[in-house]
Amino acid sequence: MATNTMDGAQALIKTLDDLGVEYIFGYSGGAAIPIFDALETVKTRMKFILVRHEQGAVHMADGYARAAGKPAAVLVTSGPGAGNTVTGLMTAMMDSVPMIVICGQTVTWMLGKDAFQEADIFGITIPVVKHNWLVRETNALPRIAREAYHIATTGRPGPVLIDIPKDISQGAFSGEMKPEIQLPGYHPERNFEIDQKQVKAAAGLIAAAQRPVILAGQGCMIARADKELMYLAETLDCPVASTLLGKGVFPENHPLSLGMLGMHGTAYANKSMIECDLLINIGSRFDDRIIGQPDKFCQDAKIIHIDIDPAESGKMIQPDVMIVGDAKAAVAEINEMIAPVKHTEWNSKLDAYRKKFPLGYKKQGGLRMQQVIDELYHLTEGGAIVSTDVGQHQMWAAQFYKNHESFHWLSSGGAGTMGFGFPAAIGAQLAFPEKTVISISGDGGFQMTLFELATAAIHKLPIKIVVLNNHYLGMVRQWQELFYEDRTSGVDLIGNPDFCKLAASYGIPSVHIKRPADVTKQLTKALEYNEGPILIHAECVKTDNVFPMIPAGAALEDMITEAPKARMAKPVGST
Amino acid sequence: MITTTDTPVPVNLSGSVHTLSVLVNNSPGVLMRICQVFSRRAFNIDSLVVSQGRDPSFSRMTIGVSGESSGLHQIIMQVGKLIDVIHCFEHTSNDSVTKEMILIKILCASEERSAALQITEHFGGKTVDLTPNSMVVMITGDSPKLDAAVTMFSQYEIIETVRTGKVVMARGEQAT
Repeated sequence: MATNTMDGAQALIKTLDDLGVEYIFGYSGGAAIPIFDALETVKTRMKFILVRHEQGAVHMADGYARAAGKPAAVLVTSGPGAGNTVTGLMTAMMDSVPMIVICGQTVTWMLGKDAFQEADIFGITIPVVKHNWLVRETNALPRIAREAYHIATTGRPGPVLIDIPKDISQGAFSGEMKPEIQLPGYHPERNFEIDQKQVKAAAGLIAAAQRPVILAGQGCMIARADKELMYLAETLDCPVASTLLGKGVFPENHPLSLGMLGMHGTAYANKSMIECDLLINIGSRFDDRIIGQPDKFCQDAKIIHIDIDPAESGKMIQPDVMIVGDAKAAVAEINEMIAPVKHTEWNSKLDAYRKKFPLGYKKQGGLRMQQVIDELYHLTEGGAIVSTDVGQHQMWAAQFYKNHESFHWLSSGGAGTMGFGFPAAIGAQLAFPEKTVISISGDGGFQMTLFELATAAIHKLPIKIVVLNNHYLGMVRQWQELFYEDRTSGVDLIGNPDFCKLAASYGIPSVHIKRPADVTKQLTKALEYNEGPILIHAECVKTDNVFPMIPAGAALEDMITEAPKARMAKPVGST
Repeated sequence: MITTTDTPVPVNLSGSVHTLSVLVNNSPGVLMRICQVFSRRAFNIDSLVVSQGRDPSFSRMTIGVSGESSGLHQIIMQVGKLIDVIHCFEHTSNDSVTKEMILIKILCASEERSAALQITEHFGGKTVDLTPNSMVVMITGDSPKLDAAVTMFSQYEIIETVRTGKVVMARGEQAT
């Protein structure tokens, strides 16, 4: 029912509150003032968090959603404000993260006339959102907000964007507050209708397998299929590798866990892919970081692929059996058809690989990032929410911080967006004020979004902000060392600030770790501080390389587990 | 939106010219959304015809595209995924009729006119413009027929041609 003298902005804010949105991250500006005004005039349960850059806002909403499993909203102004959200939208789109981004826009009669702070954000963001709208009538706002929430959170989740001209948000609202949504082209409810023929075929392959392996991806986590996955793995006595984004859906300290696979995954996870005769992929999209050379990947094995997105079927790897649908529903159906079995010989073989190729690092000759991460894992018993930035530290964190449960690992996988880690941790801490949240960044990535130290300080968020400083853009430097005859170019991060002084300038305390012997003491001190954020500056060895490594586009068989002696050819794959 | 659970099999292994019919919401920006699916994969759209359907809240598109088939399968899936797309099907000549229209403008003096009109009649076309020195001929039919007409008219000086691009409709009672 319409209420009297409400404007579009108020109707929008009321709708978001009604939908259960808890947080709005944003930054104001002229075109968005009516919506900011509605935040003051409409009483809701929502909290607005003022950031220091729109990119920070989007990454915060992203981290919030990865941890909480539900979307937050982002509110920015037109033109440059909206433009600053594009990287974060692309980040969320690549990793299937739900969020609702709302942009102010110039008045409708000025659209296309190069108005002040006007940008065609609708056109610009089409390829980086699941769907978007340019609103043309005030009364459509509640319907569009409901459609936006529905699209963002169902099926394969993703970010959505609503562009609202100022006259639309300011206009008088006389429409329905709870209208029907109109999406004739979108039927996510069909994802729960699992094709029985395909389930039978999958069960047949499973019964015949001698050396099966499960690949647990993010889809498994999003579907909350942890229990179904555990039942499947334990019933079949089947080892489980996880993707970067699937970390935690299967506890990494379980005897059947092989850890992460792929370009910098564990050697034994990659060996399991090479030597298995059946791969059960639950909710991973066969990303190029894990399959190496597509025509050589699992070439002797049968492949079952379970994915909610039909477009993923055959996109990278042609499966033998494809099951399109929700992972929880699909695995539950498979579980009905399997019988307990043992694969003792296969598991012993993989266990031998675990012993032959363990992950390790040196504790002498300078402080290594791996040691800091390993120590954090032990001090928190693997129970913290960990967000990472992008680069070598990200891969070491994936290797050494073992996750035991879902929604505790926040890392930009598909996009690899530097600057993601710290604001994502802010979002996660707001979602779970009582949990320990650790943000792990390199010196490069941290400097891309460090301005959000202000936001963390204002809200007294007890985030442990770890800066692993090697004065280099480490991952690129590693590639240049291995493939470009050690010719470094564009990676030398001289002129870093004194990170402890920087934190102090925001009123944030810090600890400084310079030697391996200091690690435990300083980390313990930092972990015990919960009055607000604390920065942990760890000065690490300047050059170190992440191993194992599979060069981009190379087959998994070409994995190297230590520094090569001969010169390596340039990788054929992307990036 | 296509939900297919069968193990994927490429639709059209040999030929390189494909015809897609797409039923979409009739709202601004839909055309751009679909075109971007092609352009980001470096696929070129040969022809695109779109107009309102019988129900004005929907539009019908016929897209002609050439390119290798495995890439096209992925494009069909990605187009089908778009929220504004109700369905995206590939049609072959076996299951559908495909027609397009061409306007051909030729330089044609009066002594050449009757021969030109004979060619027009052969192709079942009509003249839609006639001046002392020129003629515009309109021909409809399937694409090879139009190609043949252009070849026949090449004996005159062709000033310009414009084609609409294919529209497709499924045979029988099946929906397009």
